[in-house]
Amino acid sequence: MAETLIKVDAVSKKFCRSLKRSLWYGMQDLGNELRGRRHGTDGRLRAEEFWAVRNVSFELKRGECLGLIGHNGAGKTTLLRILNGLIKPDQGRVEIRGKVGALIALGAGFNPILTGRENIYINASVLGLSTREVDHKLDEIIEFAEIGDFIDTPVQNYSSGMSVRLGFSVAAVLIKPDVLFLDEVLAVGDIGFVIKCLNTVRRLTADSAVVFVSHSMQFISSFCTRVMVLQHGETLLDSPNPADGIDRYYALVRHERHTSGTGEAQVVGLDLLADGVLLTEEEPSVPQGATMTARLRVRIDGPRAGAEVTVFIHDEAMAPLVCIPTFADDSRPLTLPPGEHLLEIPLGTLDLNGGKYSFVVGISDSTSSISLARAQGLRPFRAFSGQTQWGRIVRPSKPRVSSSPSN
Amino acid sequence: MNEPATTAVYTPDSSLSDPREMVRSMIRDLVGSRELAWRLAVRDIRAQYRQAYLGILWAFIVPLANAATWIFLSRTGVVAVGETSLPYPVYVLTGTMLWAILMDAMNAPLLQTTAARGMLAKLNFPREALLVSGVYQTLFNAAIKIALLAAALIFMGINPGTSLVLFPLGVLSLVLVGTALGLLITPVGMLYTDVGRGLPLLMQFLIYLSPVVFPMPEAGLAAAVFQANPLTPLLLTTRDWLTGFEPQYLGYFLVVNAGATLLLLLVWVAYRLAMPILIERMSA
Repeated sequence: MAETLIKVDAVSKKFCRSLKRSLWYGMQDLGNELRGRRHGTDGRLRAEEFWAVRNVSFELKRGECLGLIGHNGAGKTTLLRILNGLIKPDQGRVEIRGKVGALIALGAGFNPILTGRENIYINASVLGLSTREVDHKLDEIIEFAEIGDFIDTPVQNYSSGMSVRLGFSVAAVLIKPDVLFLDEVLAVGDIGFVIKCLNTVRRLTADSAVVFVSHSMQFISSFCTRVMVLQHGETLLDSPNPADGIDRYYALVRHERHTSGTGEAQVVGLDLLADGVLLTEEEPSVPQGATMTARLRVRIDGPRAGAEVTVFIHDEAMAPLVCIPTFADDSRPLTLPPGEHLLEIPLGTLDLNGGKYSFVVGISDSTSSISLARAQGLRPFRAFSGQTQWGRIVRPSKPRVSSSPSN
Repeated sequence: MNEPATTAVYTPDSSLSDPREMVRSMIRDLVGSRELAWRLAVRDIRAQYRQAYLGILWAFIVPLANAATWIFLSRTGVVAVGETSLPYPVYVLTGTMLWAILMDAMNAPLLQTTAARGMLAKLNFPREALLVSGVYQTLFNAAIKIALLAAALIFMGINPGTSLVLFPLGVLSLVLVGTALGLLITPVGMLYTDVGRGLPLLMQFLIYLSPVVFPMPEAGLAAAVFQANPLTPLLLTTRDWLTGFEPQYLGYFLVVNAGATLLLLLVWVAYRLAMPILIERMSA
């Protein structure tokens, strides 16, 4: 059962930045191809070219799912297009065994003038399926797509959600691939439909070798048996443990330090302690469940009477996630006089989902609320967990269960 | 599990390095593309006519208008057209209709491939389907033109006799030559839009060097050009079969067809080889 279905051996691909040159190189490649010469010539870059994919190798067996992650332009989609046989590698070799299915261009070949029903047949044909196969499953497709009476309406009158649903349904109901390529197709439709898609993809992935491109670490974490992190076309990490891959991916996210405000106060430093131990790495990876403490050093300049300090934790997209206002013993907002202060702030248990985070510290005048200093991108760290969950905050629980036997 | 599975291998090597495998996959893809080609043709034809009030009239409005123009020009004496063995309106109507079929066939490969860019960039399907679909559509439109032409000929009292049986062969030759020429320019045309724009210009010129609206010149440079033009025997022979004349250029007609068949095979190979390179150069 566990036969190798995908073999990728040292595959590289060059791309060109400038359009005019790119077209001209296309002409040259065409000439070479027609003369029976090798593609990619001697493996050197021509002017304005760069490696879109560089020396990538892996093998994938039936039942395995490889997640390709990396930032935009890392080469994920290019690699997928090479695997799908759409473009030729400049170096290396790709071997694909068995029937290939792709959930990539949903609704390919749809013509807006024609009805949903007509388009189902066209789309299925593009995917290599016969009219007979579609006849059998037509009702199933229509039901899956949840478009009901609209099936005999021209597709141009569909909402965008409806046509994507129809496209997904045609592929999902009909294909039974040995090798499956998925590219960002799951982020479609409303949540009810997404759940249906997920179940379908799970069914398809159980019995095939899957290459999966996504920016959603939740999808990667819940589907993949292996993760490959790409950066500038090169393999940064290829790990059988998706959590390691995801952690590495988050490590690539840069949190820019940035300060604003009137400048009458300063964040001198922010240190982080996990379970009482000072974290010294530039960007520590902290296991979920650790007890965290922040040590914040601030300086308030006169003549301000007093300043208040608030700490935030932002996620990898710099969206605020946790707000930590500070209070004095009498439960009134903590007001600091001019001078330098060291604040030890208990943060409690690290219950953030696996991901990349950083601190933002805001200092404002306690009477006028004018912002004296706001420093962001401080002390970036990663929360590490074996499983990336579907929530920003993760609180494992051990419920008390009382059961009664079912009749 | 239905084993053994097919294995696809992708390397930088040119497909020409393994000709046997290349021919095998060409045949496989051509056979495998039949249903898709049919679907795409039906899709395009339906969509085309569903969205147009005049519907299938568009298949012959242009050649009809051309013919009308020339009939008008010759009647009023603005342009002096030489003697034709057929009544001039029949001559020019058959000429423009056959020319339009040739044009349709020639435009189809580039048009079909360009229209399918999005699909090509993302999905792997037999690329031949686009070409075959183009041929289907050309034939469909040709059938409409021929129906109109037939009605016109009957109205004008032309009786072709038994040679009419051969007329479909003439139409197929036009489609064959048109497809081969169209496919020849498709790879470059996919990269540079200049080709798609330049082609109509060239054909506009070529129509006057072919026996479409003018009869064959008797002597001089024009006669030499007309006689050398490979489109001449196609048009003349097909027109002769349709109108019951004895074709005079049958030998050259066969040579052109043989040449076009060979050219079609070559440019089909080129099209296949070019496809991954073209897809690489168009943005997904």
